[in-house]
Amino acid sequence: MPGHPIDRIGLFLLVATGITFAFGEAGLVEGTAWPVFVMLALAFLKGLWIALDFMELRHAPALWRRLVVGWLLLVLLLILLAWALTPRPVAASPATPGPAATVAPLS
Amino acid sequence: MSAAAMAEPPRLRGDLAIWLVIGAELLTFGLMFVAFAFARSRDPALFDAGQAQLDLHGGAINTVLLIGGSWCVAHAVDALRQGRRGVAGRWLAGSLAAAAGFLVLKGHEFAVKSAAGFDLETDTFWMFYWLLTGFHFLHVAAAALLLALVAWRMGQGAYGRGDVHAPETAAAFWHMVDLLWIVLFPLVYVMR
Repeated sequence: MPGHPIDRIGLFLLVATGITFAFGEAGLVEGTAWPVFVMLALAFLKGLWIALDFMELRHAPALWRRLVVGWLLLVLLLILLAWALTPRPVAASPATPGPAATVAPLS
Repeated sequence: MSAAAMAEPPRLRGDLAIWLVIGAELLTFGLMFVAFAFARSRDPALFDAGQAQLDLHGGAINTVLLIGGSWCVAHAVDALRQGRRGVAGRWLAGSLAAAAGFLVLKGHEFAVKSAAGFDLETDTFWMFYWLLTGFHFLHVAAAALLLALVAWRMGQGAYGRGDVHAPETAAAFWHMVDLLWIVLFPLVYVMR
């Protein structure tokens, strides 16, 4: 583990990016909830590290810290809400043969 | 960051003017991110088809370049605060290399997509793609220009211990473009 805080944060950011890439590469984020939650949580953590440690908002007046972190949280939550509201194709079960897929809202 | 910097009273690192610009940029990009997400929720098939044309590997490499650039910039500012101007110069050169790598790779992606006939008028996905990534590209170019200006002034003997206001200002803007990409990459390239 690197000793300098900047190096540790850089390493965490790279690892988090690697996980996000792996999710995309494996097709895990296609309509499945948990990888999307994990990916957006990782995006929040990455953004938090950048804002607090690289932009040094950890040592800034609280108003600025709250504005930037609040922006990040709000945007990611709205993206999650939009994703949850997206209608997705549901594979037909063996008991209900017919068209390959029907569209139903995500529960 | 040094212990001395951590012991200071709370203050914004960088000029207030750049932080007001950062606030405006975050608001603008935030609206575009949310508009993209809800537009996709209305027509997921169209957005999935558009996203399938994107290069996930290129997007990931660009993320690494921006994070690497931020890492170098943070080290450069830290070194300047300690009066190590030579070390700061090398870190700044690293950040400029990362910025150049991002701009070249992204420029290549734009050229490929444009040659394939995907433009602002193709459909809603591509309109958002060009607006979001194009706007972000311009911000990376502006941030690189600021860093280059700091590097050039440093070469003339400017900045050092107790004189880091301009480097902090350029660094804050650079980190903002990294922060924006942290949301843009999963939203546009990965999520379905």
